[in-house]
Amino acid sequence: MPITATNDFVVKFANVNGSGSASANELFARCVLRMGVPVCSRNIFPSNIQGLPTWYEVRVAGHNWLGRRGGVDLMVALNPQTWNKDVNEIEQDGYLLYDSTKALTTQKTRDDITLLGVPLTLLSNTLEGTIPRERQLLKNVIYLGALSALLGFEASVVESLINEQFPGKEKLIKLNMKAVELGHNYAQQNLAGKCHLKVERADKVGDRIFIGGNDAAGLGAVYGGATVCAWYPITPSTSLAESFTAHCKALRIDPVTKENKFAIVQAEDEIAAIGMVLGANWNGARAFTATSGPGISLMQEFFGLAYYAEVPAVVFDIQRGGPSTGMPTRTQQSDILLAAYASHGDTKHVMIFPQDPHESFEMAAQAFDLAERLQTPIFVMMDLDIGMNDWLVDPLKWDDNRKYDRGKVMTAADLDAGKQFARYLDVDGDAIPYRTLPGEHPTKGTYFTRGSSHNAYAVYSEEGKDYTDNMQRLLRKFETAKQMVPAPVKHAAGRASRWGVIYFGSTSVAMEEAFHRLEEKGLYLDGLRVRGFPFSDEVVDFINAHDQVFIIEQNRDAQLRKLIVNECSIDPARFISILHYDGAPVTARFILREITDRMTITRKEAAE
Amino acid sequence: MTYIAKPKFQHPGLKKNSVGFTHRDYEGRISTLCAGCGHDSISAALIEACFELAIEPHRVAKLSGIGCSSKTPDYFLGQSHGFNSVHGRMPSVLTGANLANRDLIYLGVSGDGDSASIGLGQFAHCVRRGINMTYICENNGVYGLTKGQFSATADKGSRSKTAVNSDSPIDLVSMALLLGATYVARSFSGDKKQLVPLLKGAISHKGSALLDVISPCVQFNNNPGSSKSYDYVREHNDAVNRIDFMVPRAELKADYEPGTVTTVTQHDGSTLNLAKLHPDYDPTDRAAALAYLQHHVARGNIVTGLLYIDNNAEDIHAHLNTAKTPMNRLGEKELCPGSNALATINDEYR
Repeated sequence: MPITATNDFVVKFANVNGSGSASANELFARCVLRMGVPVCSRNIFPSNIQGLPTWYEVRVAGHNWLGRRGGVDLMVALNPQTWNKDVNEIEQDGYLLYDSTKALTTQKTRDDITLLGVPLTLLSNTLEGTIPRERQLLKNVIYLGALSALLGFEASVVESLINEQFPGKEKLIKLNMKAVELGHNYAQQNLAGKCHLKVERADKVGDRIFIGGNDAAGLGAVYGGATVCAWYPITPSTSLAESFTAHCKALRIDPVTKENKFAIVQAEDEIAAIGMVLGANWNGARAFTATSGPGISLMQEFFGLAYYAEVPAVVFDIQRGGPSTGMPTRTQQSDILLAAYASHGDTKHVMIFPQDPHESFEMAAQAFDLAERLQTPIFVMMDLDIGMNDWLVDPLKWDDNRKYDRGKVMTAADLDAGKQFARYLDVDGDAIPYRTLPGEHPTKGTYFTRGSSHNAYAVYSEEGKDYTDNMQRLLRKFETAKQMVPAPVKHAAGRASRWGVIYFGSTSVAMEEAFHRLEEKGLYLDGLRVRGFPFSDEVVDFINAHDQVFIIEQNRDAQLRKLIVNECSIDPARFISILHYDGAPVTARFILREITDRMTITRKEAAE
Repeated sequence: MTYIAKPKFQHPGLKKNSVGFTHRDYEGRISTLCAGCGHDSISAALIEACFELAIEPHRVAKLSGIGCSSKTPDYFLGQSHGFNSVHGRMPSVLTGANLANRDLIYLGVSGDGDSASIGLGQFAHCVRRGINMTYICENNGVYGLTKGQFSATADKGSRSKTAVNSDSPIDLVSMALLLGATYVARSFSGDKKQLVPLLKGAISHKGSALLDVISPCVQFNNNPGSSKSYDYVREHNDAVNRIDFMVPRAELKADYEPGTVTTVTQHDGSTLNLAKLHPDYDPTDRAAALAYLQHHVARGNIVTGLLYIDNNAEDIHAHLNTAKTPMNRLGEKELCPGSNALATINDEYR
């Protein structure tokens, strides 16, 4: 019996990259959304421009679980290179849509699955007045048309989205609509009644928006008052700098003078990018860079300077699979330790972990306040999954009464009023000193910024005590940061539990579903979503309140666990690591299986 | 005597410039460099140039990398903010600082190891971006702080006390010309009369200015056989012109033979009167400057003077069309689009 499901199934598109499939696949996801049904879409793509395998997964999520589920109910298999793997991935009794222009002869299929053959090439050849390249692109639109018939999309939904896709381009709209029609009619006439996966109109999307994390973070930097962006192209962070550029062009050009209230430089490398960010922040502008693991590796020396000379900076790390070049187009959370202790000597850096594009916007803006308040680099630890996929999230919000926190900057008025200035002196007891900006006052408040050892007055010093006093103050400043980074978020189990689970970043969305599924099985755990480093006391209290704590991470080496063990001095035996690091976003099924296995084994052991 | 604190006392009769500062107001801490170091002469020339230009010290930002040369910003303009950054990376830090506040005067102080070895990439890119700065390379051909290894500007065949350099040299002046610098000069730390006006011209220039100053290292590279020693530079100095820097509307005071002076007027109205020492040298012709350099380097000469100037130079702010108000003076009002704009943006993602 073929799978029967309404508003709850997974469709995966297996394409060749560079064939124009991405926009048709995204259109598919948007059709579902316009039907009022939430989706989770994930792009799994190669580091390549043309010819390699690429996949796009859409979870139709009427139940609102917006992480990856795992498994595929309907595979749209259009890449001969990955055919066998794609066919194998289909769930028992699932569906396979393929190009039936040529009959399946040597290709592997399965007895349990339903074959949905659509002669895409043949149909595309009937599109008059097109060149081969256009027909190749339109094949994607033809399968979209076929799917709209098989799954039951409203015709007006598809039509309005195609109209929005090509505003004012009548010819293109007509051609695309013709392609939709071809696919739709073929499926209706030849495949009627074969597909039992349906999308039914619902009202479950609400006012949510469908946005990628890099886009949201770039916009957050605009709202957060960033004026200088220095960056170097690297996947998967490039689109963050491009988003900042696009939003600045829309929002930050002075309407009268036509001048730009922003300065964006594509640097010669990541080292220069972070150098510019430090120069600009030192001089009082809010400046940031966006990069990924290899860029963070290159920037190390400057991070040490920023830490020690206490220069603000905001760094977006859109993490990808490492080490080395690794998997540039796959996701991981594997720069945690690299960022936490970046650079030589004793250093520690502040990190914040957004869970989705919504928080990427909020934390992007917040990062600039933190950087200027703490006078140190702030690492916004995103990943490819958040950065480069569109997520369905709550609309972005901004409080118009919000003021930027520019931190402790002594002005000319302060200096004239007789305030004493000592660059690295802790006058307020929070270990955060005051700074002045170059050019502020003709005779007072100048100082010399350096990465060599200095005393409280910013004077070069090799005195042991000057050095250790300063290093101790930096530790105290890190303590102050504990209260300023975003607090962890608790998830309380349905009943008291001695089990806990810690997770962060893009894992959260799958974890939320896993909590629900676990409780269905009678397995109860408390959860804590970590959102910042240094870890606040709440993290330690949470661990102490549970006998065993799972830590779920998307890296091989349990980096967050190591950081917690290290920084909070907790017995490593308290933790059980669950690690998912094959480059695809972690799924709810994976977490469910791993936690279930371990909790069940432990229960059995206890019973024996 | 570097352990002695510099006395703050000033003679009451010291001459003041038009903004009310004396020469001493442009000094810094006592130098910790070796006695006789060429770099100290350059610091002195910078003090002189800023005093004569009547620049308020706090309007200057001094940035440097790592090395002997990069220590010097502590030894001049004590009332300016300074930033001693990391090795070879001063240009990027200066670029960022300049983007944040276009109104200050930026001095980038570097050395030959800092600029031509570890920092060659950043040197090249900041020059080609047209950063409004005075980039001074205090060029002695060796690493002083690590005791005398050759740097990338050391001439082929040049001798130190213990070795002969066999690698080809990098000429920052030629590179700057190729990369689009709009003010390019070379001088010698031992020739203050030439250096001070060249510095004044560079500081007044609204664009990317490079000043390569041969500055002998008395400790490690002042021996016979070295092409960066005091004696060698004096013997081979081939100055193409003598420069007089004139503030806007000042009278032409110097006496020149007719036809021997080129006058260049810069954007801010200041003029540079160039007494031609080589009658065929035209400092406004980039290609000719490059050819002249190649020709004379082959003869073993060190070409000095104002080698190139573009008096219509533009800087990065013109290229980026940035606001006249410096970025660091913009606040929420100018920068944050607010909640209404965000509501519209949200709609675009539905």
